[in-house]
Amino acid sequence: MKTICLYFEIHQLVHLKRYRFFDIGTDHYYYDDYANEATINHIANCSYVPALSTLIGMAKEGNGTFKVALSVSGVALEQLESYAPKVIDLLQELNETGCCEFLAEPYANSLSSLTHEKSFRIDVKRHSTKIKQLFGKKPTVLRNTGLLYSDDIGGIVASMGYKGMLTEGAKHILGWKSPHYLYHCNQNAKLKLLLRDYKLSDDISLRFSNSSWSEFPLFADKYISWIANYPQEEEVFNIFMELSAFGYYQPLSSNILEFLKALPLCAKNAGIGFSTPSTLCSTLKSVGPMHVTYPISWTDEERDVSAWMSNLLQKEAIKKLYSIADRVCLCEDRKIKQDWDYLQGSMNFRFMSTKHSGIELDRGIYESPYDAFTNYMNILGDFIVRVNAQFPEDIDDEELNALMITINNQGEEINQLQAKVERYEAQMKQEVTAVEEKHKPKSTKKKS
Amino acid sequence: MKVLMFGWEFPPHILGGLGTASYGLTKGMSQQEDMEISFCIPKPWGDEDQSFLKIIGMNRVPIAWRDVQWDYVQSKIGEQMNPQDYYDFREHLYADFNYMHLDELGCINFSGRYPDNLHEEINNYSIVAGVVARQQTFDIIHSHDWLTYPAGIHAKQISGKPLVIHVHATDFDRSRGQVNPVVYAIEKKGMDFADHIMCVSELTRRTVIEKYHQDPNKVSTVHNAVSPLPQEVLDIVPQKNEKEKIVTFLGRITMQKGPEYFVEAAALVLKRTKKIRFVMAGNGDMMNKMIKLVAQRGIADRFHFPGFMKGKEVYEVLKTSDVYVMPSVSEPFGISPLEAMQVSIPTIISKQSGCAEILDNCIKIDYWDIDALADAIYAICKYVPLNEFLEVEGKKEVDQIVWEKVGVKVRAIYERVLNNRQ
Repeated sequence: MKTICLYFEIHQLVHLKRYRFFDIGTDHYYYDDYANEATINHIANCSYVPALSTLIGMAKEGNGTFKVALSVSGVALEQLESYAPKVIDLLQELNETGCCEFLAEPYANSLSSLTHEKSFRIDVKRHSTKIKQLFGKKPTVLRNTGLLYSDDIGGIVASMGYKGMLTEGAKHILGWKSPHYLYHCNQNAKLKLLLRDYKLSDDISLRFSNSSWSEFPLFADKYISWIANYPQEEEVFNIFMELSAFGYYQPLSSNILEFLKALPLCAKNAGIGFSTPSTLCSTLKSVGPMHVTYPISWTDEERDVSAWMSNLLQKEAIKKLYSIADRVCLCEDRKIKQDWDYLQGSMNFRFMSTKHSGIELDRGIYESPYDAFTNYMNILGDFIVRVNAQFPEDIDDEELNALMITINNQGEEINQLQAKVERYEAQMKQEVTAVEEKHKPKSTKKKS
Repeated sequence: MKVLMFGWEFPPHILGGLGTASYGLTKGMSQQEDMEISFCIPKPWGDEDQSFLKIIGMNRVPIAWRDVQWDYVQSKIGEQMNPQDYYDFREHLYADFNYMHLDELGCINFSGRYPDNLHEEINNYSIVAGVVARQQTFDIIHSHDWLTYPAGIHAKQISGKPLVIHVHATDFDRSRGQVNPVVYAIEKKGMDFADHIMCVSELTRRTVIEKYHQDPNKVSTVHNAVSPLPQEVLDIVPQKNEKEKIVTFLGRITMQKGPEYFVEAAALVLKRTKKIRFVMAGNGDMMNKMIKLVAQRGIADRFHFPGFMKGKEVYEVLKTSDVYVMPSVSEPFGISPLEAMQVSIPTIISKQSGCAEILDNCIKIDYWDIDALADAIYAICKYVPLNEFLEVEGKKEVDQIVWEKVGVKVRAIYERVLNNRQ
């Protein structure tokens, strides 16, 4: 039976403020609170709230037949918690219907899977803990930032115990193969891969309201008929996009939510069901391994990492940022950890892109890639100084690691010794009292 | 197609950007095979490159009859002009100008510069243009900048051929709004009489439309370009101090160029780092004020005024620089950032410069935003990859901006003007 796997991403970057070089060393707050609040509220109101309400309605109506998967980055959760808590409430309501699966992802929407394995592992772990806290269930399927995937990333993710991963059905990887099957990672057969059908996904997220598109206007029955017309053997239809496609990229006035609402009924009539990624990973059999030597993603026409790390500026910024990753991992300062999350956000690097992609990139406060680079590097300069101030700079990372272990071990040793001392003291006290008690009768005797 | 051009300067003897642009444009246009250009300038020196056009010296065109022998003419002007041309011009005198101050050949003397009696010289130029326009055969007239607009109008009235004027600057740029009414009147009249107006940037085009009330349909933008660098410039080996970075401002130190913003930004940068030196090369009426300002900010030990530079010196200074800054308050085009990018120097320009419209691989700031300017200077000095990126990509970009393409564009405008007339 054919099945549709719907997945929506919720993420908003933390906007950095205008930070001049003369602020380095004096100002340690890097964020544009106003822009953050305004953006998240705007998107929540025009997109997240109506879209989630619709999904909740669909889940309730479907009596368990409608399924959807969501992922909310840790950074987005933080922002929603402080500026738009109603979205969190809606997410929890959706969770309670039992029709929604939450996926794991790097907490900070970072590119650490490409640059720093340790950070990546920590990042993912923190995110899954947070998801467990909020929604009561530990994720078993992971989606990486921008659906990044390569053989190496697959290996790491598999070793962390995940059973599935979402990625792009990139044409240059698939070739003649179809994305409508389940594949697995060539490093570890236990990790299943769900590949995004970019045509079907983009029909909704990019083209839905475009009146010059040949298929305009798109109705649910037409959309489902496209899926139904694929050969019987092609069973999985992965439709992945950002949740903000509903209401933000495609205006609500285009009736996109009505379209979404109509999908389950049309699908039912055509004998098509809905599934969550984890059910697909455990019920379907993989048709073969995927070989992805160079990382792929769902971004830009190239479907690779060029949106974030193609030019000299981006490479340098990423290199500088991750050069202190080891130290940040060692450090305990909460403020530094938080800044580390926000500075890792992948959009920071996308702003530095000099690629001509045909679509104008909204660079926020930045006027040019150079502006984005300069501002980011100034902030990073201040951040690096702060991280280095945590530890003496002349000790290299390995040595520092050894020292930290020794210090930790020493702490444990001291604890052990202290316990020992306490034990001995207690023992001694006992013995003393025993001796005293022995002597007591004698002395009383003597006295008497 | 034959073009009669009126200009004021032509290399190698130039005083400003106008000469460079005239040379580049005519050279670029001459790549088209059927293009014939006669270029009038007030006073040729004889060493101009005439391989691709014909130079007419206005100071060698008679406006009154003098009965002179071939040998005499040959001995007088032979170096700059064929004596036959003198006689040809003499056939086309149109009025009696003997009341004017003329030399023994019946010609007017020109200084060829921008003298105090500039308005008289402009008028004389236009008188001579009457003879030239009667003698020459051409399809279209092309006047460069306001000095030659009256000549263009005169030539148009005599010949009935269409007039195209080329606005390299307006008086609004030169004076920050305090327009000289006489100059404005000449400019306005030139524009009113022109069949088409070419501006060196969209910025200038808007000024022409808004301040000179021209019909937008007859005003178009033709951005300037740069000529490839000669070998002797490429051969200059800069002497760089590894430990110190040099940030350069190059140009006339006048209100229009925004030198004070450069000084203020320098003061901000020097508060944080001492490893950068600032150079303000050039001359101008605001120089003393700038020296005072530098002293006031207490940065005189790191701020240098080497004075006026020309020719090869310019490139020597550029090549030793690490950053080139042009914070112009109003710049119709501004060719010097392109020259800096040609020698791979990262460049910061103000958004108020015309060249900002066609450049991508340089940093653009508002001229008044000294924080942004300081930040950009600091970033280029401090962040090596940014520096490298701008060096490489900037050079790549500017090498694509060639006069040949501009020539094609100008040709298209000529064709349009000529077709409209038929």
